[in-house]
Amino acid sequence: MSTRFSWFNITSVVIGFAFLYIPILLLVIYSFNESKLVTVWGGFSTKWYQGLLSNEGLMDAAWVTLRVAVISATLATILGTMAAIVMTRMGKFKGRTFFSGLIFAPLVMPEVITGLSLLLLFVAIGLDRGFWTVVIAHTTFTMCFAAVVVQARMVDFDKSVEEAAMDLGASPLATFFQVTLPIIAPSVISAWLLAFTLSLDDLVIASFASGPGATTLPMKIYSQVRLGVTPEINAISSLMIGFVTIGVLAASYVSKQQSIRVEQERRRAIGAAG
Amino acid sequence: MRRWYVIAVPYLWLIAFFLVPFFIVFRISLSDVATAMPPYVPLFDVSAGLAGISNFFSQLDFENYKFILTDELYYSAYWSSIVIAGIATFLTLLVAYPIAYGMARAPKEWQPTLMMLIILPFWTSFLIRVYAWIGILKNEGLLNLFLTSTGLISEPLSIMNTTTAVYIGIVYSYLPFMILPLYASLEKINPSLLEAANDLGCPPWKAFWQVTFPLSLPGVVAGCLLVFIPATGEFVIPDLLGGSDTLMIGKTLWSEFFNNRDWPVASAVAVVLLLVLVVPIVLFQRMQERQQEAGR
Repeated sequence: MSTRFSWFNITSVVIGFAFLYIPILLLVIYSFNESKLVTVWGGFSTKWYQGLLSNEGLMDAAWVTLRVAVISATLATILGTMAAIVMTRMGKFKGRTFFSGLIFAPLVMPEVITGLSLLLLFVAIGLDRGFWTVVIAHTTFTMCFAAVVVQARMVDFDKSVEEAAMDLGASPLATFFQVTLPIIAPSVISAWLLAFTLSLDDLVIASFASGPGATTLPMKIYSQVRLGVTPEINAISSLMIGFVTIGVLAASYVSKQQSIRVEQERRRAIGAAG
Repeated sequence: MRRWYVIAVPYLWLIAFFLVPFFIVFRISLSDVATAMPPYVPLFDVSAGLAGISNFFSQLDFENYKFILTDELYYSAYWSSIVIAGIATFLTLLVAYPIAYGMARAPKEWQPTLMMLIILPFWTSFLIRVYAWIGILKNEGLLNLFLTSTGLISEPLSIMNTTTAVYIGIVYSYLPFMILPLYASLEKINPSLLEAANDLGCPPWKAFWQVTFPLSLPGVVAGCLLVFIPATGEFVIPDLLGGSDTLMIGKTLWSEFFNNRDWPVASAVAVVLLLVLVVPIVLFQRMQERQQEAGR
């Protein structure tokens, strides 16, 4: 629906983006503040960033968080892709509605409920809380996001290429790895990235699922934020923002390049056929 | 058959780590507090066999529910969570609609970039985005600094630690969840419908209410559910921005669990919260399923 891009529309989009981005920008700007007082500009300085490197507790938490995120995102992407296949390729089976309910419910479930219920499960089965319980918890809630992302791609691609491969004698497994996966690859990558950042961000579920020795970065940040705003928190936050922004921009660039290449190949194929 | 493996793996994972835990929460909500670890009296003793099962039923105890349903504190925490989440959802809709509308009207070649810009903040940490507002909203914060230095106000506004701060936090954090479904439904509207309305002498504002808005309703409903359900159980925003005056159930559950260490009551609070949210959650699922059917 693009008829007229009027002044009203331009203004609302610009104000909307300003609202979304100004708080983040201010946070980043004040991470370079020389002064300890958050609202007084004391000149440009990178001392808070240098301070971070020597803050062992923070570095440990960052390392734990990163490992949890990589492992849980990978598991979540595998499970989520399988779930997406089930929902788009398996047709009707007993319990299908129930299955899709299990996929969609965690998307909106309040985190306090998910966190509490997982913790009680871990206690009930006698699993010691720590690194791996956080991984399980993160895998569980991020796999549903991964499933939705992959599923969206599975729905709108031409099923007949898969059917052609199977007609030509490829096994379902070979068809998946040689035909389906290359086509849905960009969405699998974005599913992984989404799962990764969700895991990186999560405070509430990790607080419930984690035990001594497995403090994640958001838990660390949260405990310091409660004491007040400090430039150090601004610095670590800015680093996380920068990290994620670069990752997302790179991923979108890669997927754009890929779709251009696919388009070119298709044109060449059509040219050859004509 | 091989296809059953593909179904079984994610299915079993979700049953084990999403569904079963709810039953455990329910079970523990019916037990008594103990001062051991875990801090509740186990209800079900597997090793006791049949005697254990009958014991289980005789010990079922709705005391925790009686407690939270009669105690003024819990009752008002549930009620104010729903009210705050409801008002915040409405405010988010008001803020998001013009943005989504503007995006849908933007030149086609800009739209992917605009989408990207809406999604990007969603990728950056929720906690950090809420934290960013503390520096802005507090009494000696950047907003007051700006307003007093430009002479717009003489006394600093106290927004921090009020419900207003919670509203700002929810609108800000959940904005992308509202914009995306709105944009998806607005973008699908055929512009010739509006042209037709215009040709037949319908003024633009009337065309908006009679053509555009009704057609965008699926997006409105989806966006509102996506904001309302998690906002009702929100913990981080009321905790960091709302201060001690803001009563929300997510915060109550958290302090019941971490500060009072009363796991059975915390479980009962979670069960009741789930019951409160079950209608919107089922509604959301139905919508997702219908969309999926339509897409195939």
